[in-house]
Amino acid sequence: MAQIGSFALLLALALSAYSFVAGLLALLRADGRAERLGETARRAGIAAFGVVFLAAVVLVIAAFQDDFSIAYIFHHSNRDLPAPYKFATLWSGQEGSLLFWSLLLSAYGLVLRLRHKTDSRLFAHASVIIAAVQVFFLLLLNFAAHPFAIMQGSLPEDGNGLNPLLQYPEMVIHPPMLYLGYVGFTVPFAFALSALVMRYPGEKWIHITRRWTMVTWGFLTCGVFLGAHWAYSVLGWGGYWGWDPVENASLLPWLTGTAFLHSVMMQEKRGMLKVWNMWLIFATFMLSIFGTFLTRSGVVSSVHAFAQSSIGTWFVVFLTIIFLVCGVFYVMNREHLRSEHKLESLVSRESSFLFNNLLFLVACFAVLWGTLFPILSEWVQGHKITVGPPFFNRVMIPVALLLLLLTAVGPLLCWRKTSIESLKRNFLWPSLGALAIALFLMVTPVSWGPPFAMRPWREISSLYSLMAIALSALVAFTVISEFIRGGRVISHHTGQNLVASMIRLAHRNTRRYGGYIVHFGVIVIIIGFAGAAFNQDREKEMGFGDKMMIGPYTLVCRSYTQEDKPNYGSEWAIIDVFKGDRQIDTLYPERRFFKASQQMNTRPTIHSTANEDLYLVYEGQNEDSGRPIIKAHLNPLVMWIWVGVWIMIAGTVIALIPNAAAAVRVPAPVRVQAEPVGAGD
Amino acid sequence: MVLSLKRGCLLGLLCFTIFAFLGAGDEDARFSTVGHKMMCVCGCNQVLLECNHVGCRYSDRMRGELSSALSRAESDDLVLQSFVQEYGPTVLIAPTNAGFNRVAWIMPYLALVLGLTTVVLVVRAWKLRPLRAHAGAVAPVTGVEFERFREQARKETEV
Repeated sequence: MAQIGSFALLLALALSAYSFVAGLLALLRADGRAERLGETARRAGIAAFGVVFLAAVVLVIAAFQDDFSIAYIFHHSNRDLPAPYKFATLWSGQEGSLLFWSLLLSAYGLVLRLRHKTDSRLFAHASVIIAAVQVFFLLLLNFAAHPFAIMQGSLPEDGNGLNPLLQYPEMVIHPPMLYLGYVGFTVPFAFALSALVMRYPGEKWIHITRRWTMVTWGFLTCGVFLGAHWAYSVLGWGGYWGWDPVENASLLPWLTGTAFLHSVMMQEKRGMLKVWNMWLIFATFMLSIFGTFLTRSGVVSSVHAFAQSSIGTWFVVFLTIIFLVCGVFYVMNREHLRSEHKLESLVSRESSFLFNNLLFLVACFAVLWGTLFPILSEWVQGHKITVGPPFFNRVMIPVALLLLLLTAVGPLLCWRKTSIESLKRNFLWPSLGALAIALFLMVTPVSWGPPFAMRPWREISSLYSLMAIALSALVAFTVISEFIRGGRVISHHTGQNLVASMIRLAHRNTRRYGGYIVHFGVIVIIIGFAGAAFNQDREKEMGFGDKMMIGPYTLVCRSYTQEDKPNYGSEWAIIDVFKGDRQIDTLYPERRFFKASQQMNTRPTIHSTANEDLYLVYEGQNEDSGRPIIKAHLNPLVMWIWVGVWIMIAGTVIALIPNAAAAVRVPAPVRVQAEPVGAGD
Repeated sequence: MVLSLKRGCLLGLLCFTIFAFLGAGDEDARFSTVGHKMMCVCGCNQVLLECNHVGCRYSDRMRGELSSALSRAESDDLVLQSFVQEYGPTVLIAPTNAGFNRVAWIMPYLALVLGLTTVVLVVRAWKLRPLRAHAGAVAPVTGVEFERFREQARKETEV
């Protein structure tokens, strides 16, 4: 098996290298053979997908066959590992995940090369760039992180097993989603660089790039939030986002990608910000590679330490090359990126996009700065320091609130210039509604519990939460008012009811209204985040019949027991949950001991409602009494986060659907030979 | 008189109990506050009071040390200092507001202020730029150019 895999990887490298070199030569040559040479390069790129796919299949088969002669399988699998996790072995370790990266890149390349007729010259350039990136990853796989390396000495009976933290159903889909996002940004990067290299006329490339970016952004969004949900469900500390360097690494390209999805509209509609957009795509791709470097190099300490190794230097060299290539072509062709229009007013859609981009970039800088500051501190002060959640929360929350305000204001501003009267007309009712909600939350009695009874004058976290909810309400009202306003116009013309009209409206401009739905999802998520200000926790040793109170819940320990399974042994408690006198649930917090890896792992259990999550963790046992120690967290509004993500995904999918043709087209006016209007005398 | 003395003693006992419990509550709050300003040093990259690694060699010991330091009525800063001396500066969860570490706090806000200023200045400069004067009379727009203007208007008004 190992030989087949190794051979496949070498062949893939050769094919990708050919695709790159032959494709490049074909672009440089102007004779009749160039087209045929370019076609062979395209086909080599397609064949590379098949060969990388074969290598990935071989690795998965080796995992299912418990082929411990392959070092990667020995280190990341064992005989009793359940089948889904054996499949997930492919991306559970460094070598496998690099192979998976390469597989996804070749798959994206396949789609791009199959669709080459859209614009053969542009796609040929993009194909060459993708082949170059593919060559880098295949060089890594063949010479630095070989997934088919053979075990030395006698063959082991069983493998070390998969990291217990990764033995969770979401781990089967979280890395693929994240990687689809990371890798996917190669395609917009390839198109952008191609457009710059060939001084591409018109905006067609930006339409193509935007769709690819949106798809990729959707995957990355899924990946980031699946990671958050995994952290919440597995790590057992009661939170979903710890500002860990690897979490931050996934956020960086997401922030610049989001900025691009907004600012690209300025280029499409007004021919502005061409340089800015170009560098946003470059930065997004470089941050994707940087994220992989951060995960793999071990330059910063992280809970994702299982992925560390010494291949960081490769990434540093690659990032430097990318930066130089982008910089050189930018300097050579920057004249091509001149804006066609200029901003005319500070109160306009254009300037709202500028501020929006600024805030996304500041957020990105703050995350990057906080992530890398420990290294900077080591250089300057001679010792590392920790930059943990308090730093990020303090810096990011004000930026996020400003972004939320812009999310409310931006969509209601007109292109070029917005009058004050129009602003007043559009914002009066949404602002009053948001203010009313804020006042209501402040005056409600304490007995109502979170998220009501906010007292912003008592602590800053409460003030932030109140602002977040009020601004979210403002966004919701403006989004709803946009739908209603547009729906009424269609309803007036067609006689349909308002709901049908709004659906028709969204179908006529899927990108705009899909975007509003994404904004709606974001505010639902923000409301979920705001609940964190009211988190509570309790810890208690609980014997038979012992009680613990937290918020409106009473927890009663019914029993505690042990169990032995092939892959792991476990200790768990049976906790009855009462609200008032009524039993509403039974929860089973658990601690597992994984035999192959000899590692302990807690499995929290969650009773989730729209109001709050009751989150129980089996902390351990009292060594003297043998009774379990249970930690209970009460986390308000967490479910809103996961619901918000679904809304965001729905909005993204809607935004990707092609627009329906407008039912009523405004006829072109009859042209008359008008007298030229002079400037006066 | 005896009755009132008894009542006075009971009242005193009640006050003592209340204040004792208030003190206990205060100590719990301090434990939580100070404990959330430190990291567990086992390498888990988690807040000290949230480290739930089974068999972690550090978190239980550190929590014990924190508890005894607080019971000695040491100030929060003194407690944090003693932990820094014992476990190194990485034990603190966020950069201090002193020396080079202050740069960590300043830079993001500086970036925000500089960015906002730049955007406002750029927008104002563009806005104040005079429009190009039309040379002579304006020619009527026809054919392809007219369609281009219509398309431009359609894009800008999102019709």
